[in-house]
Amino acid sequence: MIVELGHYALIMALATALLQSVLPIIGARTRDAGLMGVAPAAAIASFVLILFAFVALTVSYVTSDFSVKNVWENSHSMMPMIYKFSGVWGNHEGSMMLWLLILVFFSALVAFFGGNLPATLKSNVLAVQAWITSAFLTFVLLTSNPFQRLSPAPLEGRDLNPILQDIGLAIHPPMLYLGYVGFSICFSFAVAALIDGRIDAAWARWVRPWTLAAWTALTAGIAMGSYWAYYELGWGGWWFWDPVENASFMPWLAGTALLHSALVMEKREALKIWTILLAIMTFSLSLLGTFLVRSGVLTSVHAFATDPTRGIFILCILVAFIGGAFTLFALRAQTLSPGGLFAPISREGALVLNNLFLTTATATVLVGTLYPLVLEAITGAKISVGPPFFNLTFGPLMIPLLLAVPFGPLLAWKRGDLWAVTQRLYMAAGAALLVSLAVIYFATGAPVMAGLGIGLGVWLIAGSLTDIAMRSGVGKVALPIMWRRFKGLPRSAFGGALAHMGLGVSVIGIVAVTAFATENVVTMKPGETTVGGPFTLQFEGLKPNTGPNYTELQGRFIILRDGQPVSHLTAAKRVFTARQMPTTEAGIYTNGANQLYVALGDELPGGGVVVRVWWKPWVTFIWFGAIFMSLGGIVSLFDRRLRIGAPAKSRAPAVAVGQET
Amino acid sequence: MTRKQKRLAIISGGVAVIGAAVLLVLFALQDQIVYFHSPTDIVEKQIGPDTRIRLGGLVAEKSVVRGTGTKVEFVVTDTANEVAITYTGILPDLFREGQGVIVEGAFEPGNPVFVADSVLAKHDENYMPKEVAESLKAQGVWQGEEK
Repeated sequence: MIVELGHYALIMALATALLQSVLPIIGARTRDAGLMGVAPAAAIASFVLILFAFVALTVSYVTSDFSVKNVWENSHSMMPMIYKFSGVWGNHEGSMMLWLLILVFFSALVAFFGGNLPATLKSNVLAVQAWITSAFLTFVLLTSNPFQRLSPAPLEGRDLNPILQDIGLAIHPPMLYLGYVGFSICFSFAVAALIDGRIDAAWARWVRPWTLAAWTALTAGIAMGSYWAYYELGWGGWWFWDPVENASFMPWLAGTALLHSALVMEKREALKIWTILLAIMTFSLSLLGTFLVRSGVLTSVHAFATDPTRGIFILCILVAFIGGAFTLFALRAQTLSPGGLFAPISREGALVLNNLFLTTATATVLVGTLYPLVLEAITGAKISVGPPFFNLTFGPLMIPLLLAVPFGPLLAWKRGDLWAVTQRLYMAAGAALLVSLAVIYFATGAPVMAGLGIGLGVWLIAGSLTDIAMRSGVGKVALPIMWRRFKGLPRSAFGGALAHMGLGVSVIGIVAVTAFATENVVTMKPGETTVGGPFTLQFEGLKPNTGPNYTELQGRFIILRDGQPVSHLTAAKRVFTARQMPTTEAGIYTNGANQLYVALGDELPGGGVVVRVWWKPWVTFIWFGAIFMSLGGIVSLFDRRLRIGAPAKSRAPAVAVGQET
Repeated sequence: MTRKQKRLAIISGGVAVIGAAVLLVLFALQDQIVYFHSPTDIVEKQIGPDTRIRLGGLVAEKSVVRGTGTKVEFVVTDTANEVAITYTGILPDLFREGQGVIVEGAFEPGNPVFVADSVLAKHDENYMPKEVAESLKAQGVWQGEEK
């Protein structure tokens, strides 16, 4: 019964969203407060309805109601409760429901917290959100209905894909979607501003917290996905430049650019048109990601079962939204007045440089992701574009950007003094150089590039610390004053520094693991040993074990250092009973920032087993850096300026089109 | 600097970065991409040694031979033609005889055996690498659902 009610709630949500798509726009045109008032009410109603539908689906998962086709296909009565729950979005239909839920959640937040938005802007924003909601609700109802019944109901489900039976599924998709879909708000604000034909610093102040929130979630979501793939797939890699990873990485890059350009717009009223364009591009890339994952044009871990009608449907949504937004942009952009002036060497200039590199890098990732599809469509040749392509294109673009990062926050707005900033950074540069030399000198066989790369990470960290130190007046004022200044710094200053520091930490992890990781594949019999970094690994033997819905063969190892046992580790090969599908469970021993990573291969006749052992120095820095970046986002989000939100109403009203100087 | 000069500085900087990126992309697309071939393509097109390619098809029944160590030999077929493969390392979980697989690597000079350095199988029971499915369809031996 609840299943049918859930389906019904979805249909009601579509009706509500359609009303919300049209009436508020008319209201904003005619200044009709009644029609504009529909927007927040409808947004909250949509949220409640879709939440109900989502709960209905979750209930059928949790109670293992196999009369629902979607549950039968992706669940099993023996599965642990956490996977029954997270299995809701471990498939195409259910993850679309999560997508929709987050979309209307954001609309409801705008409706709820948008009290200080100008009425027309709020109406337009919510109407644009409703366009997206309507399009995807139609998509779900017509092509991906999760509430389809089976009759007669099967006794047992077909189980969730074993790779997804992990805590990662409970965290990674919700975080990722919060980011992906969160950018819809930036898109809606941009389109609403174009419809309204006016935009000002206040607009940027409203958009920035949404961008920050989405970016923070996306950063954490991507990092979580990377770590999940690392430990679950047993391949030992943390990033594969897989097209679907790229699909999430491109909105992140564009979103990072948006975060920085919105800063310029908020503070200096410059880069308005560019910011609008970036907001549109960021969400367009999110939509592109949705299309790539769900259309079946790609083969990847993430690709859902292929169905051409779904692909074409999403392609239509994609074309309509991206095409529509860009057309509107082309028609309206020149009516938006350009903003403040600045010299090339200035904070604005540095942020323009940031945007230039980030968007160019996004474009290279886009080329690498789409080129195989385009080439196959035109010539029929099948190619794959892998890590070498991205290392050669994306890598070189990042180096100058990373070198420039510490300069940005230290430059003054409007007109900066590059030489003065360079002088302030001499300590950071010295530290970076020293670490580089130390790495090259002490690490035997270290490539020079590795030393420089780690130095680059140190440069970023030291640069961020310099920024905070300079702002507190270190070395210039007495200690108590310094402390007072330090405490008085805006949260956004700490957030920015923390995020840049996190970037440095990630860079160190990436460089170290790329340059110094060792790998060996050996066959081992019980009692034999092999080497992984500073440790010796002794194989104890294989032991069968039974889990709730799988059986496994555990390989047990003792970890020795200088002949003394320090820890032990278990790697396993699991076979999930329902699907008869094997998976590899890597055994990981974390030592400081380093990890010893063991994956089991095939069992050999005579009691041996193939073992793959990686020593991954400093690998955890990669994800810790991302956590710092997210924390930076959260800290910035609590900046007083953003918490209080919009400018006070007493300020001069936004200046209409063309009247600004 | 006048306004015009400032604009010129920013635009020329932008053009320089984008130009550099375009050159990098063109260079990388020339050298760093890997073509996909079926065993029939290999026979027809005469792929030279040391050219990195991806080769996809079905793992031939009863062709998998495990050596004493970590070396594995098997045969990839599209039912019309087949290619012998050697690989050193751990095979993916879903690598099985009769199932679709993609291997990446190159032929060595003067040796008809393909030396693979990576082997990709599917991630899911219901899923066949798209390239493999298409090359099997081209051979008329596709048995899955027609989609």
